[in-house]
Amino acid sequence: MDAKILNLPCNKEALAGLKAGEYVLICGTLYTGRDAAHKRILDAIQSGAPLPFGLEGQGIYYVGPCKKDGKIISAGPTTSYRMDGYAPELYARGVAVTIGKGDRSDEVRNAIKNFGGVYLAATGGAGALYAKAITSCEVVAYDDLGTEAVHRLRVENFPAIVAIDSEGNSIYER
Amino acid sequence: MRQIRFDEIVDAVSGLAAACVRLSASAKRAMAAACEREECAYAKAALDMLIKNAELAESERLPVCQDTGMACVFVKLGQDVHIEGGLLKDAVDEGVRRGYAKYGCRASVLDPITRVNTGDNTPAILHVELVKGDRMEITLLPKGFGSENMSKLYMLTPAEGIEGVKRSVIAAVKAAGANPCPPIVVGVGIGGTAERAMLTAKEQLLREVGQPSEDAFLADLERQLLDDINALKIGAQGFGGGNTALAVHIGKYPTHIASLPVAVNIQCNAVRLERTVL
Repeated sequence: MDAKILNLPCNKEALAGLKAGEYVLICGTLYTGRDAAHKRILDAIQSGAPLPFGLEGQGIYYVGPCKKDGKIISAGPTTSYRMDGYAPELYARGVAVTIGKGDRSDEVRNAIKNFGGVYLAATGGAGALYAKAITSCEVVAYDDLGTEAVHRLRVENFPAIVAIDSEGNSIYER
Repeated sequence: MRQIRFDEIVDAVSGLAAACVRLSASAKRAMAAACEREECAYAKAALDMLIKNAELAESERLPVCQDTGMACVFVKLGQDVHIEGGLLKDAVDEGVRRGYAKYGCRASVLDPITRVNTGDNTPAILHVELVKGDRMEITLLPKGFGSENMSKLYMLTPAEGIEGVKRSVIAAVKAAGANPCPPIVVGVGIGGTAERAMLTAKEQLLREVGQPSEDAFLADLERQLLDDINALKIGAQGFGGGNTALAVHIGKYPTHIASLPVAVNIQCNAVRLERTVL
């Protein structure tokens, strides 16, 4: 399969050329976040507390990794719809990319279109392969949440597919 | 009366946690066949990736999926067994604790109200069935929750009949869409009470993938439903194509004259299952 390289973080202009159905290989930084971390980030936004990372141009990967001796050994995507209630606000505040599995709500799709983001789908169930694309990880916030803490990942050639592009086109639409 | 020691059970369950790092043999065969016949390029690429992932996980002993699930443990306990040195439940939990830690499985289990993690993947979900004899069969099904969240229970009226059963199963799979990580195995429990139907549905996931029901009527219903589900074209990962499900497994139990319960419990593509007999 042909794949485009997507360096993260990025300017939103870099996303305009990505079309639903295209494969990408992500290089650079990703932040992890799933249910519990999203709740805390949104609470922090509401109360004006500091955020775990600057949101502008970043990619959030919906994952709770398995780690052994501090190294990630399995890290595939979790189901995205559970983060649908949080995602529009994060896209509005500059998040460029979210990565997970499964379809998104109309609200998320509209936010992606309005704010020029993208939603990428990774393969659910391929945790061991994705771990190989992660070259380093560190917990940057909410350590008490364990696997649900926010981790900063360095990734190299992390494979994904453009599931919803910046114009709102979706591969789940049939 | 045969004695089985607490420690033997701990060791056995801990050993079964190897399920987390390898796909079951029947799932490997079913995934390979699905990939072979898949015509949708996106779905084929996803299936190919899942097969490569399973090979990598097994060879390097890495969790196949980061969601190593809740440990569902099914024990068939011979009535002539006496367990010595502690409670069966404690032995199973200790086995899960040790086995999951050994493979670096993440801690996925927490208090539903406080959301505070137990830190060690306990407690397990333990089902015990008393059977004849002096052996103990233990099966571990690490059950991921992307698929578990898609479970459905329908309490149909008797008038809805088999057509109602089919409609319910299709509705559950359609509603689940890409969320349970297709290609899936669909466990269906017909009859009993609400909880019996759900448990029957889950027990069907303990079969080899694609092994038909011994009941000729149910085996036929399984084939029909598999065709109908694959005609939905949800496909692997929701990318389309003809492999939404690898198999449909149906079980039944007598029910009340007033009802026709139908439970649907879905298994994701990462079918992980280990069994041993003490």
